[in-house]
Amino acid sequence: MYSSSLIEETVVRLLKEAECSLPPDVHAALRQALEAETEEMPRSQLMAILSNVDKADERSVPMCQDTGLPIFFVRGRCDHRVIESIRKGVARATKEIPLRPNTVDPVSRTNFGSNLGEGMPPVHLEPADQDHLDIAVLPKGAGSENWSALRMLNPSEGMEGVRRFVIDCVVRAGSRPCPPIVVGVGIGGTADMACSLAKKALLRKLGSRSDDATLADLESKLHVQINSLGLGPMGLGGSTTCLGVLVEKAHCHTASLPVAVSLNCWAARKAFARVYPDGRVKFSQEGFD
Amino acid sequence: MNIRKIKSPLDESEARSLRAGDIVTLSGELLTARDEAHLRVLELLRAGHELPFQLEGAAVYHCGPIMRHDGMWKVVAAGPTTSARLDRLAPELIRRCRPRLLIGKGGMSSETLEAMKEVGCAYLAFPGGAAVLAAEALPEVLNVHWEDLGMPEAVWHLRAENFGPLVVAMDSHGRSLFKEVEDTVKKRSVLL
Repeated sequence: MYSSSLIEETVVRLLKEAECSLPPDVHAALRQALEAETEEMPRSQLMAILSNVDKADERSVPMCQDTGLPIFFVRGRCDHRVIESIRKGVARATKEIPLRPNTVDPVSRTNFGSNLGEGMPPVHLEPADQDHLDIAVLPKGAGSENWSALRMLNPSEGMEGVRRFVIDCVVRAGSRPCPPIVVGVGIGGTADMACSLAKKALLRKLGSRSDDATLADLESKLHVQINSLGLGPMGLGGSTTCLGVLVEKAHCHTASLPVAVSLNCWAARKAFARVYPDGRVKFSQEGFD
Repeated sequence: MNIRKIKSPLDESEARSLRAGDIVTLSGELLTARDEAHLRVLELLRAGHELPFQLEGAAVYHCGPIMRHDGMWKVVAAGPTTSARLDRLAPELIRRCRPRLLIGKGGMSSETLEAMKEVGCAYLAFPGGAAVLAAEALPEVLNVHWEDLGMPEAVWHLRAENFGPLVVAMDSHGRSLFKEVEDTVKKRSVLL
């Protein structure tokens, strides 16, 4: 029902917006961080970051050379054809924007130059009975992705164990994921589901609170505690280490408590498109609604 | 903020004059090198071969840029990559090749710092992700080596013009700002 060329076109524009323009919630959080920092060192880092963001936006070029792996989340009445159109869109965007060809064979390390490969780009399909098709993209750089972590906690460790694990992940990652970071947390499900939830959490708007009261409290507590660490912008010290903590959950086995952490760099790129059956497309960098 | 201007290539005494906490801008030449380039440099040198470029006195930039070829190569986006990934290879490369500056983000290990101290080399941190700001300060592509490694992993020989802000984050006297912040962070995290 959706023409493949429309999906392809939508994907190219989604990537262009995500790579070249920082989402408004992330931009606002960085500006707020600059106001909050008093020392010269963190201020110098944030000023360079904000000036870089403006230049990328003005010139429509990617804000970071690590344009990441584009991770897609699709919801609606869809099948394998949408994946084919996404692949075409990614190959085109790689040439046209241009994106850095990041996708390689994990064994030979051969780079085929198109950002396509076995299983690449990742597309999460969620079938849903709705007339429109929702497509979100989360381009994820390796600097932050390399610090992803999963732990299968003992259920008796509870939310305190979850909190400790998230703090430890942020400390271990240190300066390397390009702080100030966004922290995505997935609790529950199976091991693989926890990882997906952590990633999906990164699509949420900064400042939004979980619908679950316990998780909302965990989000604000972690946000304050992570910022009390003093790691600061780019790990050179300061009061802004994270821009937000976003937690998602799924039910799990009675003997398990999986928790996964997905960190995003300050260039927390995301873009959303709602495709209507009549061919209209609504683009946003804040969410679908 | 007092920003010092430095030029590359540079000699040992110039590199040793840089102190942790200084903020500088760099003009002159630099060579990009990531994981694959480090591996190839060491492979060639261990086998007794010559390199197609000069690393002694050079500024080595941990960067995999986005380049565009419109008749000639242009830098589109060129922020730093995570330097810590190169910790496995950097100490040997520093001792064998004697570069005077490493430029990257996030800092490097105490083993790398030790080699820098021995040889006289400083580590400059550029804000991660600030790729357009960096590209603006890299107006000319002088050469490219090892294109077979792919765009991000090839060695790009670039000319820099007032490239910065670069924070001297690790100096040749054994001081590392990253290490100092990391120690504080670890202490504080235990109390949370």
